[in-house]
Amino acid sequence: MAAESGKIDPMHQFQVEPLFGHDWQIAGHSIAFTNSSLWMLATLVVIWLFMLGGMKRELVPGRWQVMVEGVTGFVSNMMEQNIGRAGRKFVPYVFSLFMFILVANLLGLIPLGLIPGVHPFTVTSHLTVTAVLAIVSFSIVLIVGFAKHGFHFFSLFVPHGAPWWMMPILIPVEFVSFMVRPFSLALRLFVAMTAGHILLKVLAGFVINGLNAEALWVAPVVSLPSLILMIGISALELLVAAIQAYVFALLTSLYLNDAINLH
Amino acid sequence: MPQIAQIGEIYASQLFWLTIVFGAIFFIVGLGMVPKILGTVEARDARIAADLAEAATARETADRLEEEYRAALDRSRSEAAKVAAEAKAAAARATEARVAEVDAVVNGRLEQAMARIAEARTSAQAEIESVAAEAAQAMVERVAGVTVDPTVARAAVQQELVRG
Repeated sequence: MAAESGKIDPMHQFQVEPLFGHDWQIAGHSIAFTNSSLWMLATLVVIWLFMLGGMKRELVPGRWQVMVEGVTGFVSNMMEQNIGRAGRKFVPYVFSLFMFILVANLLGLIPLGLIPGVHPFTVTSHLTVTAVLAIVSFSIVLIVGFAKHGFHFFSLFVPHGAPWWMMPILIPVEFVSFMVRPFSLALRLFVAMTAGHILLKVLAGFVINGLNAEALWVAPVVSLPSLILMIGISALELLVAAIQAYVFALLTSLYLNDAINLH
Repeated sequence: MPQIAQIGEIYASQLFWLTIVFGAIFFIVGLGMVPKILGTVEARDARIAADLAEAATARETADRLEEEYRAALDRSRSEAAKVAAEAKAAAARATEARVAEVDAVVNGRLEQAMARIAEARTSAQAEIESVAAEAAQAMVERVAGVTVDPTVARAAVQQELVRG
């Protein structure tokens, strides 16, 4: 891929490079502070600053407070609709999840690459990150399910109203669909973010290579349509960034509903 | 694909920093800030609901007061009308009584006056009789030279007067 588009490698944006602390180790594992860690911290700071604006706790809220209350209300409404009153306990976790994914997605889309030497990085385009988030969500579902219902939790695999002789087929199917959940959670986000960013970088490579081409007709024929397409896809990616965060939070709340209310 | 090619060297760093950052988000933002913000919204909703309920009660009170006021107004109006009618009737009665009283007084005076007139008339008649009798006596004496007894003269005069 790198060879086809000259010097521009669309995969380079996903490269994790240690910034400092190369020799930091825990039990022999390197925990160097990487560009990925830097963007995670940026995500934390942005979320914290955003939420800080909503902490005035005025009776008549200002614009910022309304925004913050809108987001918290969005998540808590989603939890209440999908789970019921019991869902309120999980609002802090799902809210953190939603905000982390949303802000990480959006920060990765900021065109900081225009500044020489700065490379934006999308934390959520890494399987190592999305997998951890998915495993945490899935573990919470398992812990809550078994703590609340004990072994009765396994009745989740028995669909309601199905004839008994269908059980040998249905129970394995339900079990597999249940066990696939963390993988689908992790892969959906990882693939969506990766694909969008690769597409943007490939198109950007077309724009730049077209402009650098020796033949003059290449620039208007290749670069201009690519640029227009990039503008559209950037808008689409903003939408995808929000949708993926919403989907992750929504599915987590649906899985939690299974664990709390069975079905 | 660096995400997969690099897993071996970066997984520990990714996990470590993700744990720290996501943990901070969960504990500081999720547990620290979100409940307070939701609490603010809930307090506001409760406040608005309470205010609305209070307004509804106030309106009900106002309606009830107005109704009571109207009823009181109607009551006082009818009472005033009754009092006025009574007063009118009493005044009419008083006037009647006064008129009757005055009437009686006037009638009494009229009767007295009538009595006095009658008395005056009888006394005048008696005087006329005695004067006429004396005149008749004198006329008879002069014309006929007959001395008439005064009693006879009086009786004759009386007879003539009654007839005449």
